[in-house]
Amino acid sequence: MADLRSSSRSRDLDKLLLRPGHLVGPTFEPGAQLRDDLQEYVRILVVGAGGLGCELLKDLALSGFRNLEVIDMDRIEVSNLNRQFLFRLEDVGEPKAEVAAKRVMERVSGVNIVPHFCRIEDKELEFYSEFSIIVLGLDSIEARSYINAVACGFLEYDANDEPLEETMKPMVDGGTEGFKGHARVILPGMTPCFECTIWLFPPQVKFPLCTLAETPRTAAHCIEYAHLIKWDEVHSGKSFDPDNPDHMQWVYLEAAKRAQLFGIPGVTYSLTQGVVKNIIPAIASTNAIISAACALETLKIASGCSKTLSNYLTYNGLEGLHTKVTEFVRDKDCLVCGPGIFMELETSITLKLFIDQLEEHPKLLMSGASVTVRGKNLYMAAPPLLEEMTRSNLAIPLFELMDKSPTGIVHVTGTAGKGDKRQSCLRKLRVAFKANGITDTDMAGGA
Amino acid sequence: MAEPKTKYDRQLRIWGEQGQAALEKASICLLNCGPTGSETLKNLVLGGIGSITVVDGFKVENGDLGNNFMVNESSLGQPKAKCVCGFLQELNDAVKARFIEENPVTLIETNPSFFSQFTLVIATQLVEDSMVKLDRICRDANVMLIFARSYGLSGFVRISVKEHTVIESKPDHFLDDLRLNNPWPELKKFTENIDLDTSDPVVHKHIPYILILVKIAEEWAKNHGGRLPSSREDKKEFKELIKAKMSATDEDNYKEAIDASFKVFASPGISSDLKRILDDTRAEVESNTPDFWVMVAALKEFIANEGGGEAPLDGSIPDMTSSTELYVNLQKLYQAKAEADFLVVEERVRNILKKIGRDPYSISKTVIKSFCKNARKLTVCRYKPIEEEFNSPILPELQKYLTDEEYSVAVGFYILLRAVDRFSANYNAFPGQFDGAMDDDISRLKTTAVSLLGDLGCNGSTLTEDLINEMCRYGAAELHAVAAYIGGVASQEVIKLITRQFVPMSGTFIFNGIDHKSQLLSL
Repeated sequence: MADLRSSSRSRDLDKLLLRPGHLVGPTFEPGAQLRDDLQEYVRILVVGAGGLGCELLKDLALSGFRNLEVIDMDRIEVSNLNRQFLFRLEDVGEPKAEVAAKRVMERVSGVNIVPHFCRIEDKELEFYSEFSIIVLGLDSIEARSYINAVACGFLEYDANDEPLEETMKPMVDGGTEGFKGHARVILPGMTPCFECTIWLFPPQVKFPLCTLAETPRTAAHCIEYAHLIKWDEVHSGKSFDPDNPDHMQWVYLEAAKRAQLFGIPGVTYSLTQGVVKNIIPAIASTNAIISAACALETLKIASGCSKTLSNYLTYNGLEGLHTKVTEFVRDKDCLVCGPGIFMELETSITLKLFIDQLEEHPKLLMSGASVTVRGKNLYMAAPPLLEEMTRSNLAIPLFELMDKSPTGIVHVTGTAGKGDKRQSCLRKLRVAFKANGITDTDMAGGA
Repeated sequence: MAEPKTKYDRQLRIWGEQGQAALEKASICLLNCGPTGSETLKNLVLGGIGSITVVDGFKVENGDLGNNFMVNESSLGQPKAKCVCGFLQELNDAVKARFIEENPVTLIETNPSFFSQFTLVIATQLVEDSMVKLDRICRDANVMLIFARSYGLSGFVRISVKEHTVIESKPDHFLDDLRLNNPWPELKKFTENIDLDTSDPVVHKHIPYILILVKIAEEWAKNHGGRLPSSREDKKEFKELIKAKMSATDEDNYKEAIDASFKVFASPGISSDLKRILDDTRAEVESNTPDFWVMVAALKEFIANEGGGEAPLDGSIPDMTSSTELYVNLQKLYQAKAEADFLVVEERVRNILKKIGRDPYSISKTVIKSFCKNARKLTVCRYKPIEEEFNSPILPELQKYLTDEEYSVAVGFYILLRAVDRFSANYNAFPGQFDGAMDDDISRLKTTAVSLLGDLGCNGSTLTEDLINEMCRYGAAELHAVAAYIGGVASQEVIKLITRQFVPMSGTFIFNGIDHKSQLLSL
């Protein structure tokens, strides 16, 4: 028995972390110190405790990391159980982040996982700045975009528009759909960020309303008619709740009636749910593959023990097996990971006037903006309590609020974009104040 | 117990109730339950596989706690198979889980008939000699087999099944069968009632593109001696012809017709892939021919006779701008033709069954219907015995991989993964397994790899020093993240094999954890 217990828990990882190699990252310094540092100092945030998140927490806990945190606003549902392996039937209704953290800690001794049962937007920027690496296990483009903007917001550039490595917050992102998935490494300032390659995620196709109302052809058209048009006609003022089974049943029956009227086959309850909730099929195996790739890349970024993925891996198991690595390139003008939108300002401009300018700035068109400088909230448009606390700053010149520094990075959050595409977003601005009417030419040139 | 329909909702949307039923009937055996095996089974247990049998002869030691999630501190000193089986059972009480505490190598040597009770065997972390023996056993017993191995930042997955036939291959992109350039009589008659020059603008912009294209294809052929557009010029002219019929720029149906015009250009008849299946000697039926091949024989007859060179129509049409009435009628027209084709094929299947002395109704209507609907997408996968690949791989392929930069790391890992087994057979340990003998191990592994390459007929080929070094550095480590990846791949393939849906991988998948440029090698 003594023999069994003598083998070290890090028996396998030690081979990778303690031994020198030739096919490794440039920063790799093998040794027990590296292993201990990973355990002690590296902090990883896992965003999402769903199909990918559960896998990621397990994989990271067994890849030498001991300080993990996880954030997720959802509660456990029965339909999660075919893949979110940390959850049991009796956990249904409980917060995912809390149960996931508890289960991994119960199984893997020594690891500490702090759960955060809240929206990603509820956390201050400072919260995100504490982590060495942020790993994303999400199923929404909006959430990815938000975290990406937060992480890229920490990036600073020198006077030559070169990114400062010490301000870089690496991200590892995974996504799956059925038998397909992707894993990618984002080193802001070096490799493309989520926003640089946003075209990889085409927007969801919506049916034209006239098709739904006048010329339905498919079961989905009938379902969307019941969901988007008929519901409001019948239930004036009561909003549709996709999680309410009575509401779903009503939509299903209405859709079935309409389908019968037009002679259209195929309306089922399951399809109704799928269309209304935009359900993406998901299986355990694909989540396992993608999460494992993400966890492995996280270990490599943190330790340098091998080369890193450069920079986008796709996996497709539908017809045979196809994996591909694509090296995407950065968009140098990216609003999110680029040096920032340059704004030249008078030293006399008040915070209020500055916020007004954001609305007119052609690259921003941002309304209802909140303003943050180096983690300090200068003005918060919401919630009301914070608005009241920060309102007095509006009359003060921005220059003074920024401690009379001639240049600086300002983060603004608000609603931006045009027409239907308006959405809440976070932008980075590089501001320079005119010194006695003379422009700082270095900074202007960098814009 | 949760309502299984809700619990499995997200996967039922992929493989349906039939696929799920196949999984729930399957009985799986796992050999060795390190992280690679445990993770493979975890994904299958979650999905509701029928039963699992975990075979492993080791006791849990400290090192296992660092790489396997299916053991914990209280497992120390206990049989690994028992602990892993227990934690797997917690994931899904609908699965029958049992374990056998025995070394899989011993089982292979002493009890080959043990394996015949399973639907599929997942063999993880086996060395070459045992792989070859197990492969023979499973082939003789007609049991599906999949090998998976994690080794440092490398690994492989290899399916070994004599033959795997797929009706529902469900490809992502497949050219739909609309018969735009050779409409059957009813479709032709239907289009005759359509007037593309109608003066009613509402009617004009609600003619589905199928009808537009059938009419214009007919017109084009009439003006070109009966042939189809083939050259670039032809195709341009054809699209111009469509454009000329548009009466307003906002007519989506005409825009769709232009975008779909390539469907007119596709030559009629069956694909070369389907032709290969029809010409397979297995389609020459005998009394014990499997159902799939009986149906292929019927399909072949249909294509040569009633089909007029075409496979049965699948009967579905994509969504397209149209009035509801025209679309629904068109849909019915396609479905009626598909049904008629199916009835002919069914008749032929029954006759063939009768002829070979089997019950003519031994293949169900549902199966024949599905076969007809998927006739153009049939897939046959064959995997050569592992022994044959090991002893005489396809030399030109191997040489190609060895000189192709894209493949250099993957093929290097392939050779080295085999070389480490030879190494361990000679030295009773894997290279770099223990600290201290690194330099010796590196040169020994190099010698082993060079001699292996020579045995395979690749004299003069070498592997990079860096990769040999790297392999020794790994020292047979089974890293959790790599095992989870390999296990994920293996379980995905198992699902495809058992549900008989989608197309399993061909060849040997070599995982490259250095830069993720993994490859499939066809040797």
